[in-house]
Amino acid sequence: MTAIETAIDPRYQSRSLVCDGNEAAAWGVALARPDVIAVYPITPQSSLVEYVSQFVAEGIIDAELMNVEGEHSVLSALQGAALAGARTYTATCGPGLAFMFEPYIRTPGLRLPLVANLVTRDTLTPQCVWGGHQDAMLVKEAGWIQMYCETVQEVLDTTVMAYRIGEHPQVMLPVNVNSDGNYLSYGVTGIEVPPPVLVDAFLGERNINWHAALDPERPMAVDPLTGGAGGPGPGLFVGYRQGQCDAMQKALDIIEETHRDWGDRIGRHYAPLVEEYRLEDADYALVTIGSMTGAAKDAVDAARDRGEAVGLIKVKTFRPFPVKAMARALSKVRAIGVVDRSVAFGWNAGPLYQETLAALHSTERFLPAASFIGGLAGADITVDDFSGVIQDTARLLQGHRFDGPRWINRND
Amino acid sequence: MHEIRIHGRGGQGAVIASKILAKALVEEGKFVTAIPAFGFERRGAPVAAFMRFDEAPIRRINNIYTPNTVISIDPSVIRAVDIFEGMQPGGTWVHTTRDSAEQLDVPEHIDTLGLCDAVGIAMEVFGRPITNTIMLGAFAKTTGAVSLDALKRGLASANFRDAGLKQNLLAVERGYAETRVHHLAQPDREAC
Repeated sequence: MTAIETAIDPRYQSRSLVCDGNEAAAWGVALARPDVIAVYPITPQSSLVEYVSQFVAEGIIDAELMNVEGEHSVLSALQGAALAGARTYTATCGPGLAFMFEPYIRTPGLRLPLVANLVTRDTLTPQCVWGGHQDAMLVKEAGWIQMYCETVQEVLDTTVMAYRIGEHPQVMLPVNVNSDGNYLSYGVTGIEVPPPVLVDAFLGERNINWHAALDPERPMAVDPLTGGAGGPGPGLFVGYRQGQCDAMQKALDIIEETHRDWGDRIGRHYAPLVEEYRLEDADYALVTIGSMTGAAKDAVDAARDRGEAVGLIKVKTFRPFPVKAMARALSKVRAIGVVDRSVAFGWNAGPLYQETLAALHSTERFLPAASFIGGLAGADITVDDFSGVIQDTARLLQGHRFDGPRWINRND
Repeated sequence: MHEIRIHGRGGQGAVIASKILAKALVEEGKFVTAIPAFGFERRGAPVAAFMRFDEAPIRRINNIYTPNTVISIDPSVIRAVDIFEGMQPGGTWVHTTRDSAEQLDVPEHIDTLGLCDAVGIAMEVFGRPITNTIMLGAFAKTTGAVSLDALKRGLASANFRDAGLKQNLLAVERGYAETRVHHLAQPDREAC
């Protein structure tokens, strides 16, 4: 059977593929059966929307594909499509995301459940087209749900799950599925594409625009001007903001429930919010995010073999930040080394470090912590690098404190 | 875990070769991860691709620094970069060249050498020096890590933009058939 037949034939069973993360994401899109796709390719996302375009051309995806003139138009077009009841898709990264910024920040307030893969990339400048988390971290306060994938298979699976999470009536928020540029986007491995019939049942009946609908027969105003401090007052605006924050908190439960159901139906289980790895008897732990985690786990295993009581905490869901799950994990250790693939310029540390320390506050307990920044501009964080992180984190237990972040890859 | 580093030049298809080899190794029941070295894809510039395979799932997604096997799909890339950097003892080198084993400066830690005139074959098959699939045949012959049949199935599932599948199937067959394998016995290192 050809790819087209197997993709659209609901009888076909799960299929093994060897592909990169961008193609895996495109298969996730195909399984979610979007109605409208708008694209503007930019490295390292380019091949993702090329795969999606190819799937549309071949009939694997039955959607309207809009190849528009820039990312601002991409998201504006998809907002209109979603308001008309369409399930939508796009992907972007780096400067493309920057150019998308205005409609990007408008989407969560419109409560439109768009799904967009961010093939994360470091930001300018100096010039760089390589992977990093800086682009996604720049927009972490825009109100989108953001999940970071560890593996190519997880990119496919999470892309499908994103639709069910975002479209849940208690959530109604846009979702970014983040995959590391280069390492996941171009990383090739064997994956399973689940049967469409199972994914169709998992996603259920589509109901995108129950809350607002562009319909010529029933004209309505969307995104009206709200009151300021004078006149009608800001209460309506505050109410909308509060609604977004409430939906973000509810999303934590929905993300867990969705991952559980995906595991039950498809057979692949992921920690939906925070993964605890070898944490039960650990004295200290690394905190990681994204595709760096595989090498970090290998380094943790090697350190365990040397008798080091080290574990690992991986963050999958970064927005909303899973404070309770993180606090639970942090309560099991006495020191942490947090590894970021981006920087928080105002804090001379990494953003994951910032967030982890904020979650720590809810435990009413102090933990010595160190910020490690690596993998910028596509740099490789090796198992040896993580062994160094483990050694440095162990020093925290002996009372050592670091002044500022540890810069991995500075001499690479 | 076995680590392979493929060296070539931009435009020769080192990255596509690593994808095809990944497909073939998965066909053989192995777990595989492959990533390209991240650089600007200029035609003619030295490029590399990295691959790991194992009997068990592989978690790390990293470049390769200590390869067991080096495949050089370009005859002159050995003069542009140190393709043997970090190589493990007892390693394997699969190289495109017209030279004999005696004419080559083979590092001491290479135990197995596979030599194939892939440029000559490519000029006959494609009319231009595209050596990637030929050198996959050479790799299969040299290491036995993957069968010729699995490679052909890997090729069949790859999308070739210009050169056709038929030519590439011929290329991989000829690469397999025309590779001279030398087991360099230590310490006298005689070719057999």
